[in-house]
Amino acid sequence: MSRYIATAAIRGANRIVQEAEEMLQKALQEFGPDAPVAFTNTAYYLPVILGFTGIEVARLGDMPRVLEYAKGLLHAAPGEHNWLPYLGETLDCGVATLLAEELIEGIRFVRGLEPEPITWGGTYTQSASFTSPEFAREGEVQARLNGPIDDIQLRAWGIQLVDGRMPGFAAIVGAAKSNEAAVQIVRELQKRNILVFLSGNVNGRSIIHQLMEEGVEMGYDTYIVPFGTDTISAIYALGFATRSALTFGGMKGGQAREILLYNKYRVFAFVLALGEVDDLKYATAAGAINYGFPTLADTVIPQITPTGITRYEHVVSMPWDDIPGENDTEKARRFVQRAIEVRGVKVKITEVPIPVPYGSAFEGERVRKQDMRVEFGGKYSRCFEYLRMADFDAVEDGKVTVVGPGFEDVPEGEAMDMGIVVEVAGRKMQEDFEPVLERQIHYFINGASGIQHIGQRDIAWIRISKAAAEKGFNLEHFGKILYARFHADFGAIVDKVQVTIYTDPAQVEQWLARAREAYNQRNVRLAGMTDESVEEFYSCTLCQSFAPNHVCVVSPERLGLCGAYNWLDCKASHQINPTGPNQPIKKGACLDPVYGIFDGVNQFVYQNSHQTVSNVTMYSIMRDPMTACGCFECIAMVIPEANGIMVVSREDPSMTPAGMTFSTLAGMAGGGLQTPGVMGVGKYYLVSKKFISADGGFKRVVWMSSFLKETMAEELKAVCEREGDPDLLDKIADERVATTVEELLPFLEEKGHPALTMDPLF
Amino acid sequence: MSPKTIDPAAQAALEKAEAEGIPTAFSRAEQLKPCPIGAEGACCKICAMGPCRFVGKAPEEVRGVCGADLATVAARNFARQVAAGASAHSDHGRDLAFALQAVAKGEAQGYRIKDAQKLRRVAALLNVPTEGRSVEEVAYDVGVAALSAFGQQRGEIIYASRATRRRQEIWRQLGLMPRGVDREVVEMMHRTHEGVDMDAENILDQAMRTALADGWGGSMLATDLSDILFGTPAPVQSMANLGVLREDQVNIVVHGHEPTLSEMIVAASQDPELIAYAREKGATGINLCGICCTSNEILMRHGIPPAGNFLQQELAIITGAVEAMIVDVQCVMQALAPLSKRFHTRLITTSPKARIPGATHMQFNEHTALDDAKAIVRLAIENFPNRKGTAIPKVSSPMIAGFSHEYLNYMQGGRFRASFRPLNDAVIAGRIRGAVGIVGCNNARQPHDEGIMALVKEFIAQDVLVAMTGCAAIGAGKYGYMTPEIMAAAGPGLREVCEAIGIPPVLHLGSCVDNSRILTVLTQMATEGGLGEDISDLPAAGICPEWMSEKSLAIGTYFVASGVYVIFGGHSPVGASREVTRIMTEVWDAKVGGRLEFVPDHAEILRRALAHIDAKRAALGLPAWDPTRFGTSGDTPVREFLTVSDEQYSLNMYSAARAAAE
Repeated sequence: MSRYIATAAIRGANRIVQEAEEMLQKALQEFGPDAPVAFTNTAYYLPVILGFTGIEVARLGDMPRVLEYAKGLLHAAPGEHNWLPYLGETLDCGVATLLAEELIEGIRFVRGLEPEPITWGGTYTQSASFTSPEFAREGEVQARLNGPIDDIQLRAWGIQLVDGRMPGFAAIVGAAKSNEAAVQIVRELQKRNILVFLSGNVNGRSIIHQLMEEGVEMGYDTYIVPFGTDTISAIYALGFATRSALTFGGMKGGQAREILLYNKYRVFAFVLALGEVDDLKYATAAGAINYGFPTLADTVIPQITPTGITRYEHVVSMPWDDIPGENDTEKARRFVQRAIEVRGVKVKITEVPIPVPYGSAFEGERVRKQDMRVEFGGKYSRCFEYLRMADFDAVEDGKVTVVGPGFEDVPEGEAMDMGIVVEVAGRKMQEDFEPVLERQIHYFINGASGIQHIGQRDIAWIRISKAAAEKGFNLEHFGKILYARFHADFGAIVDKVQVTIYTDPAQVEQWLARAREAYNQRNVRLAGMTDESVEEFYSCTLCQSFAPNHVCVVSPERLGLCGAYNWLDCKASHQINPTGPNQPIKKGACLDPVYGIFDGVNQFVYQNSHQTVSNVTMYSIMRDPMTACGCFECIAMVIPEANGIMVVSREDPSMTPAGMTFSTLAGMAGGGLQTPGVMGVGKYYLVSKKFISADGGFKRVVWMSSFLKETMAEELKAVCEREGDPDLLDKIADERVATTVEELLPFLEEKGHPALTMDPLF
Repeated sequence: MSPKTIDPAAQAALEKAEAEGIPTAFSRAEQLKPCPIGAEGACCKICAMGPCRFVGKAPEEVRGVCGADLATVAARNFARQVAAGASAHSDHGRDLAFALQAVAKGEAQGYRIKDAQKLRRVAALLNVPTEGRSVEEVAYDVGVAALSAFGQQRGEIIYASRATRRRQEIWRQLGLMPRGVDREVVEMMHRTHEGVDMDAENILDQAMRTALADGWGGSMLATDLSDILFGTPAPVQSMANLGVLREDQVNIVVHGHEPTLSEMIVAASQDPELIAYAREKGATGINLCGICCTSNEILMRHGIPPAGNFLQQELAIITGAVEAMIVDVQCVMQALAPLSKRFHTRLITTSPKARIPGATHMQFNEHTALDDAKAIVRLAIENFPNRKGTAIPKVSSPMIAGFSHEYLNYMQGGRFRASFRPLNDAVIAGRIRGAVGIVGCNNARQPHDEGIMALVKEFIAQDVLVAMTGCAAIGAGKYGYMTPEIMAAAGPGLREVCEAIGIPPVLHLGSCVDNSRILTVLTQMATEGGLGEDISDLPAAGICPEWMSEKSLAIGTYFVASGVYVIFGGHSPVGASREVTRIMTEVWDAKVGGRLEFVPDHAEILRRALAHIDAKRAALGLPAWDPTRFGTSGDTPVREFLTVSDEQYSLNMYSAARAAAE
């Protein structure tokens, strides 16, 4: 601290706690103590309060206890002379501030004032699911800002936060000096794939207004989340941080110190205070420092450089006009760079030589029809992508060729055919890795701002926006992107990369045929790959940075629960990084082929779960099920009354027959805990022959989120046929017919679901 | 300025004494030369065949009547001093254990358990069960466990488990692990009796074990039990020096070492009836202040101002403004009795262990504590009208005290993030070069406070954090070195850390038994990570510039045995023996990683301490101290920015450069 900041922060804390008290008294009078309080879609109540105090605020009547707790953390401001020490006191006041702010937001939810309604000319289009862009629905125009991030999105981001694709988050509070500065700061953060949380204002003007005025697309998919236009809404950033520890770290409410240290060491976040910093902002920043999150300001404020609570500096002042640079773009780059240094975030940027900004944060950007210059694939044209291994001498590294015309002559908003053929060579390259690498094309191309990529193989669908085309983006740039990214990300197995873009109709035809032949061969090869046919499974301990005791065991017939890593991915990842999180696990002696118990797996898991899990079965939910970190796509859970299991997907916010929503269930399934009857799984495990095969397999599924039924219709149909019950899918209930066991059982009876007559699960 | 003191308040009082022909310790020290043979440890008088003096051209060759050589004699003398010092602290600790039990049984009038949380923490350390038990039950058993640490005969003293693992191993391997406080003292006395232990190194090993029984036993228990009974200190504002005496109020000075009585005097002095009684007697109120470590105890917990340190006990009376001086044990000069007769001051002894001919004895009994305290305060009030002339030097300085190790932990992270990480980080980065403890007494044979202050000033200027206890701490307080503002006099890195936390660069950790707090702090630094694994790895040193008492030798020795490089100012009590000097430096260094040196020259103390700190930094692989790397943070730039902008009526908060240019 500094005495200046301590004085301001302590003043701010005392005032906001008092404000919260007044608001609470009024709300209690108006709504009574039993009025329910809840943030959107979270199992963690008011998460910051839960984290610090262990108090589960579910009603207004739960709040006075929290308020008393907050008051107990308040102190008097230091005097002018012979003052008493203030650092510990200010940090405590910071926590009191956070508690009060979250109470206030909770009360606002009761009053229907949160998320904040948009009362000005702007719009916020909340994007749909980021993790499954192929299913993205056109976003609806929202009348409100985002408010708190829901548990589903937190889990969806989990894997990226842990594998480093998303290095952390920046909580921006206030307004930038100019709209241009606001846009550039956010762009610099996006380029580095840093989540951007927006809140606060300076004299009524918020960075949210600035970005809306400049037409910046905000939402989960673009990594920019507008919380609210006051400082209080910055509490949602800390709620996100707290829930990271609760969700992935296996911590419980009330373990304040553990939660804070978890954030200090694992969650790379920082605060950017833009514009004048008032008492409440200082107080909130003091709260954030408890988490190890430093603050960087663009104005003149006192600096606090000694380290300790945070890893590096606590507060850094970088007055905007004094930052060297010709324009706001250069200043923004330096500003963001400094923030990253202060937090000690490791950010790897791959320079991609294209005329538009590039970074994972742009992966979720959509190009709407009216903004589109040209599209490839979709309804009106064909588009495919094909990656193959080639002889070392046959590949000319860095060569990008466009065979056929560019899109210059295509009328605006229309389509053309295109094929992208990538040829790679490398001493450690294997044919098995072809599909692994090919799947990356989606992410790589999507990283360009103004380019949208959906699908894969011969159902790829790419759009180029007018803005990108105006900046000079052309077909050759697809090749430039792929060349740069394959080298940067897969340099360990890829030595040479050559890209050919085909638009010439005859060539497209010819290569498409070749590609399809390859796809078929791969399908056959993959289908033939079974757990029995390999000697090694792979571990995935990527999430141990978040869930320290969790080990994923990935086999050919059981992919990682996050859905992002199958056996081949793990194998490739091990080649790329032999000491990394994906290690081969020798199966060793098979102790039970039905349950899938392997000596080698047990030993590996015992050692790598730090002696917390000693036995794991590969094919059962009932006996020693595999643990989960928190990133799972689905949760499978036994419904004892139905003698079967239900599968709820992350995208499904509805109530389930288990009496809990996905979010609540997730607390039981995650954190590396082994809970028989509950298991987090990847959705493609559902179609595996080994899906809980020891417990009866897919026929046990009595309830399933409709989202899964619809989006995986083809695959699930095939499974039903394989299981010898082609109509099985129709016998499985979903949230549209049953959200309680009472509703579920008659449905199953009526449909004659096989689970009812199977061997008892217990 | 007189060479006798650097303190203007003390100087003024001394001038008055001189003018009125009043003898003081200062004048007696001039008249009475110290015995040069005894001073250096070269006199053996443990049997009636002596005293034997080991003097001459080759004193190492001299043999006593029994054949004892100089090394044996010097070691024995030193060891007995350590035993006496350890006894003083430990007897103090034992009384607190009795007091705790009396409070637990509800038999101590006016007391209650002030820090139940600390009681539980201490109970856990002492293996006293707490689950489902009342505070009183736990307190009583903590008293039992504490008392057993004194009387324990076998095994290991329980608080040794608070040391680092490596340190405990060293003690076990070398046979230095204390078994029980009383046992080690008794064995020390036995072994230094005529005709027992005659191996200097072996004698000095037992001196270390006895000292450890003090530091990690008697003293540490005294600190913990005081905190439980009277509250764990947290920072308080106060004032220091003779100027805190009030012309218009009844001045009561408590002096000595124990907090038990003084806590009740604090309560009595705030009693409305007694305040009214004081008004009746013509005073505007009751002004309580202190001398020595009783003062430190109530300063740390209540902000009661110290009127001065050890050498100012007579000077306080010489102001003519002290109605009563209440003394308990340790460091009380017998001269106070005849001196008080020259003034109206009532000298009141309170401990059955410490009586002075000529003083009023009002025995303090914890069962009637509040009544006793009120009676004493009443006596002081009644004495107010007897005042003759007063001459209170108008010299005092504000200060902050109250840094318990619990608060040191808290201040570096608040309730949720408390740790020693920021301090360790600062040392690792080089903002803080290292840390020193400057502790101990005053000594009338050295200019009062001169050594203490010379070192304090230099250390902080060179980015060394200073922790202080005892009379040395009061010394620094008197000169403003315990105000946060003095951070301006610190080096750039240390200043940044002080500003970040809001602390003075010189921290008051309490009384002389509270040196045990420093042991805890050092252990926490060693276990926090990044600064090695044991106290002996830390870039730190302990210094006692103006030592006088046997207690200081016990303290110095337990610090050495805990792995600290310790330097005493003044003369060496073992200076006559090269062999003992070698054992205490080279041999101890090899054994326990700490050494005890006696260095009369302050500049040399500074040089050696800094060289040691820098060597430890290098051994840890830390960057060499470089003050130019730090100092950019803090409020000053912003305050300057605000002034400039205000004058220009244009506040561009987006540019500090423009403001600087203007």
